[in-house]
Amino acid sequence: MTRVLVAVKRVVDSSGEVGLTEDRQGLDGRYAGYTIGDHDACAVELGIRIAEATGGSATIVSVGAAEAVEQIRAALALGAHAGVLVETDPTALGPADVAAEIAAVVSDAEAAGEPFDLVLLGNDAADTGDFQVPVRLAYAVGRPIVTGAGRAEVTDGVLVATVTGPHGEETYEVPLPAVASVLEGGTEPRYPTLKGRMAAKKIEVEVLTPTGAATGGGRVGWQLPPEAPSTTEVIGEGPETAPAVADLLQRLGVLR
Amino acid sequence: MCEIDPATGAVDEVSLEALALARSLSEVGGGVSVRAVMVGEVPDREAAAATLGRHGAAEVHHAVGDAVSAFGGAAWAAAVESVLQTTGSVAFLCGGTPRGMEVTAHLAARLGVPMAANVVSFDGLSPLTVRRQVAGGAALEEMRLTARPALFTVAGHAWQPAASGTETAAWVETTPEVPEADLVARVVRSADPVPDESSSLTSATVVVGAGRGVGGPDGFGPVTELAELLGGAVGVTRVVTSLGWRPHHEQVGQTGSRISPDLYVACGISGAIQHWAGCASSKTILAVNTDPEAPMMTRATYAVVGDMHEVVPALTEEIRRRR
Repeated sequence: MTRVLVAVKRVVDSSGEVGLTEDRQGLDGRYAGYTIGDHDACAVELGIRIAEATGGSATIVSVGAAEAVEQIRAALALGAHAGVLVETDPTALGPADVAAEIAAVVSDAEAAGEPFDLVLLGNDAADTGDFQVPVRLAYAVGRPIVTGAGRAEVTDGVLVATVTGPHGEETYEVPLPAVASVLEGGTEPRYPTLKGRMAAKKIEVEVLTPTGAATGGGRVGWQLPPEAPSTTEVIGEGPETAPAVADLLQRLGVLR
Repeated sequence: MCEIDPATGAVDEVSLEALALARSLSEVGGGVSVRAVMVGEVPDREAAAATLGRHGAAEVHHAVGDAVSAFGGAAWAAAVESVLQTTGSVAFLCGGTPRGMEVTAHLAARLGVPMAANVVSFDGLSPLTVRRQVAGGAALEEMRLTARPALFTVAGHAWQPAASGTETAAWVETTPEVPEADLVARVVRSADPVPDESSSLTSATVVVGAGRGVGGPDGFGPVTELAELLGGAVGVTRVVTSLGWRPHHEQVGQTGSRISPDLYVACGISGAIQHWAGCASSKTILAVNTDPEAPMMTRATYAVVGDMHEVVPALTEEIRRRR
């Protein structure tokens, strides 16, 4: 029976064109909309699977604006059981602050006699890309951490996680309680069902206030890289360009 | 920290890029010494010492021993921490590889200092101000690192390696003490890349890319044919892999592979930032799209306005004709 806590972050959908907020502290989501990143989505999926496989539970936590309830509810619709929002201004927080808030949720659960055996997070946030919240959280709660896991399962109280990358497929076996950060690609997130969405509406998301003052991340501001004027050479239109393109390929030395 | 590229056994290119940034920092900072730290197995120490020396490292501190023979973020960070202490270093940087990111994050947590991920440049030392990639490379964040040691990872392809001189770095071997708690999360088993399916993509000199415009899982024939003819690899956008049309290891982009081929042929790809982050380092980009204003078309080196379903087969036929 594994109790899993999965952390998700509400981020601006950056799959299209991006714009900055007026105070240059982040992306402007007014037109692009909001979502959770792909790494977070896989963490949710793995968390729900582990909960299902072990007869345990998956709780979703997010540290951010009140609107982040939307993202928590979307995860609940996939099969998670409970949701917690630590309501705060996300742009005022640095990664150490976020880790501290999640750590507080973990400590509170332990104090209440319902400890989380496993905490899962996306490897890095799709917007701020700090790559450090999971590791900082691990130190704050005194647990070992595996980062970049594509797959994760719990067998007999041991987290078995696989990291796939330039060094091949590496396996970690870490006794619970533990923390793991998840990398997209090793698992396919499920789609919500209508039944899941209906059930999610009835789950009350607990809203908490932050435990500490934000120290910030040293951020001065964001800027968009200057868009250089286009120097693209247009070869032509349609399949008639084939000979010209083949000439180009020959000049580039890629035709053998 | 410098790493070995598992594919070549030599010092990783991204480590040399980080070393170049370190040297710049050192120059601006009045000539502070630049050293390298390596952890775990180094297949050819002599070659590594020569390479790192040429690229500006005065010494290489090599952490060895059972505690660090397998990769583990906490154990490797403990090893680096002891080298930071012995050398009294004021800054630590490494390439933004998965291991580099993890070790740096561990150091940040252990030392209680901030960390900047994916730095592309620095701007002044008092305070040390860096610019780093955020939003998958779509934007840059200006960040101040006032604590010491300053910790950051360097984004790939942001700096050019700078070899000068012929000095070989002095090799200093250490066997660091690693606390028990730091040995819990370590690699216990690894399966070789066989080869790693995505490494053929990242090392390919030619990549032919396709996006949603292909139309479905059965539409990749012309794309794979062109890739084969050019001796290249196939790359796809995130949409294609999330639709299940092609396997994840072919994904080029923020959540997939970053490629830097001599030629990238982007067929029917609009060029969303997420994907651009993965292919921007290509030497030459040829884009084929019906929309001349698509971001990929206005950023490419060369563009053909047209339907890839017509252009690609015509191109393939022309190439065959010339053989």
